[in-house]
Amino acid sequence: MSRKRFRMPKLGYASAIAIAMVGLAFGPASAADPVKVGALYPLSGQVAKSGEDTLNGIRLAIDIVNNRHADLKMPFAAGEGLPGLGGAKIELIAADHQGSPEIGAAEAERLIVQRKVAALIGAFHSSVAATSSQVAERMGTPYISGESEASTLTERGYKWFFRTTPSSRTQARDFFTFLRDINKSQNAGVKTIAVVHENTLWGQEFQKSVEGYFKEFSEFKPAIMVGYQQGTADVTSEVQKLIAAKPDVVFHASYDAEAILFARTYKQFNFNPRAVLAIGAAFGSSAFRDALGPDANYFFVREHWSRDLASRNPLVGQVGKMYRDRYGKDMDGTPARAFTAMMVLADALNRAGSTEPEKIRAALAATKIAPSDMIMPWEGVAFDKTGQNTLTRGIFVQTLDGVPKMTWPADQAAAKLVFPRPAWR
Amino acid sequence: MSEQLIIQLIVSGLGMGFIFALIAIGLTLIYGVMNVVNFAHGEFLMLGMYASYLAYATWGADPLVTLPFVAAAMFLFGLMVYYLLIRKVLTGSMQSQIFATFGLMVFLQALAQFFMGADYFAVQNSYLSGVITLGGVILPVPQVAALVGSSLATLVLYGLVFRTGVGRQLRAASQDAQAASTLGINASGMYALAWGIGSACVGVAASLLSNFYYVFPRVGAIFVLLAYVAVALGGFGSIHGALVAGLLIGLLQVASGFFISSELKFVPVYMLYLIVVLLRPRGLFGKM
Repeated sequence: MSRKRFRMPKLGYASAIAIAMVGLAFGPASAADPVKVGALYPLSGQVAKSGEDTLNGIRLAIDIVNNRHADLKMPFAAGEGLPGLGGAKIELIAADHQGSPEIGAAEAERLIVQRKVAALIGAFHSSVAATSSQVAERMGTPYISGESEASTLTERGYKWFFRTTPSSRTQARDFFTFLRDINKSQNAGVKTIAVVHENTLWGQEFQKSVEGYFKEFSEFKPAIMVGYQQGTADVTSEVQKLIAAKPDVVFHASYDAEAILFARTYKQFNFNPRAVLAIGAAFGSSAFRDALGPDANYFFVREHWSRDLASRNPLVGQVGKMYRDRYGKDMDGTPARAFTAMMVLADALNRAGSTEPEKIRAALAATKIAPSDMIMPWEGVAFDKTGQNTLTRGIFVQTLDGVPKMTWPADQAAAKLVFPRPAWR
Repeated sequence: MSEQLIIQLIVSGLGMGFIFALIAIGLTLIYGVMNVVNFAHGEFLMLGMYASYLAYATWGADPLVTLPFVAAAMFLFGLMVYYLLIRKVLTGSMQSQIFATFGLMVFLQALAQFFMGADYFAVQNSYLSGVITLGGVILPVPQVAALVGSSLATLVLYGLVFRTGVGRQLRAASQDAQAASTLGINASGMYALAWGIGSACVGVAASLLSNFYYVFPRVGAIFVLLAYVAVALGGFGSIHGALVAGLLIGLLQVASGFFISSELKFVPVYMLYLIVVLLRPRGLFGKM
């Protein structure tokens, strides 16, 4: 007993000295210590592939920050590391949440407590972003999401959560800005809108968001709302309802299978509204185009990003090529958005000039990124007090001659949009 | 509300109804003859649809042209399933029969996903595409073809089962296999025949469907669930019952989709089923 008592303080001194020495040895250089960023993505399970693609967008952003890319006219590309932190590099620590909200929360805690990350980025699934950002909120760690879209994420009044991607709700708004714009530019005279939606959470949320915007865009009137169940054998009754309601345009929230079925049934009954605008990729997917051939033309799909943006923004072409060269696959909207979120986080870390959480949070809240510094078709990045980026903008892609082409907004378009739809062949 | 609209809804309802009926007849035939529920029936439909699609994609052969071949191939496939799988489990318990066809379902789905992926494939511009306009009523050709084709197939089947010697043997085996054997009827052969014909019915339905519906590994579930309801509603083992119930379901889902809500379009179908089963547990045309 007495020996132990005697030795304990000694051990204490020894460790104190050791810590002090480590401090001395590395203290002055600490500005150049790498900044750890924890990334939460599904890297196994059903959507592992999408998770990996998305994480690759983040890897690419970090590579641009950490290494010299003289030919790329983008913040942090010309130098190495973050100048505001004495040239510190960013170290990525990826964690696999397998699409599970519980695992996501546990991994967030592990990254914060054990790996001492300065900030978190994630999480693909909105459900996982919800639980993992809750942990970050509790521990006071900044959290940024570039692709989790559920509107509720930024409606919780969190202080530490920031989102660069538009939420589901703001995506619905793009449909109205699109119509208002073509009413003005093409004198299209669109008034009535029908919404066709599948009735799981995604479709219902879209339909509710659309309904909510009729007040703000009072020149438009709802014609009819048609909800349907996924996995339906035929949609004759749905289409007959639309025919009876005679809407000017139809908004669609459908997955691949029903998108094909609806398009075919529209043609059969010669239902030809002036435009069909869809959320989600189904009405422009390769399965859709293969199944319908020339009938797949003229459908509009609201997208986040398109490689066509390269025609106006050289960064898109350069970053897209780097992504392709590195990961052997074309970049699409999700990795592009994750890439952007990581660049926004790097910008905030740089301005914070510190890895202190409160300073990073304050820097994130003060974010002001210009459209010319990024690969998204947005008006920039700036967060409101809920942490939502308010400068997002969607694009509309229209399939023309079998190829999806970016046609809106006009100032970034790669092809001229066709409106109204020509008659069915 | 115009007459045209009503006629249109009826045609669509009958078109789908005959497809449900044809699938249900195959199912009820197998059940009626040997008291085995084929849980893989939807996957037989899926195979038939892939066969139609692949023939179209490889040789450009129209689903209408390949219909007899798909039906024949499915007939052979049904025989094969009977001889390689069903005959072996017939001696086992009821559970092992259920699990055998259930296992076959999982296996066939996985097989399709492995070889074809989860993508959707569809035939383009088949002979039976487009519409016929009759006095302002738009009749989609694929649905009319489904209506005509399925009713013809049903007629042929009726003739076979109720008007021929083989049909008599089939019915005899289904009523009492032992007695039929005593009278010199090859019961096992009749069982095989039931599997063959049941599968061929699905093959015909698959060919007609592939004119307007896409195929993917889980397509079977969409149609066969309603076919099970048709079988139970019409009475297990009853061919008339499956036909009538299939048509009823087709009409009811189109009508309730239009007049009530498309989100709830199957609710009246299942409610009808529940009511019938409560008041008349053997179904509309079932034997006691």
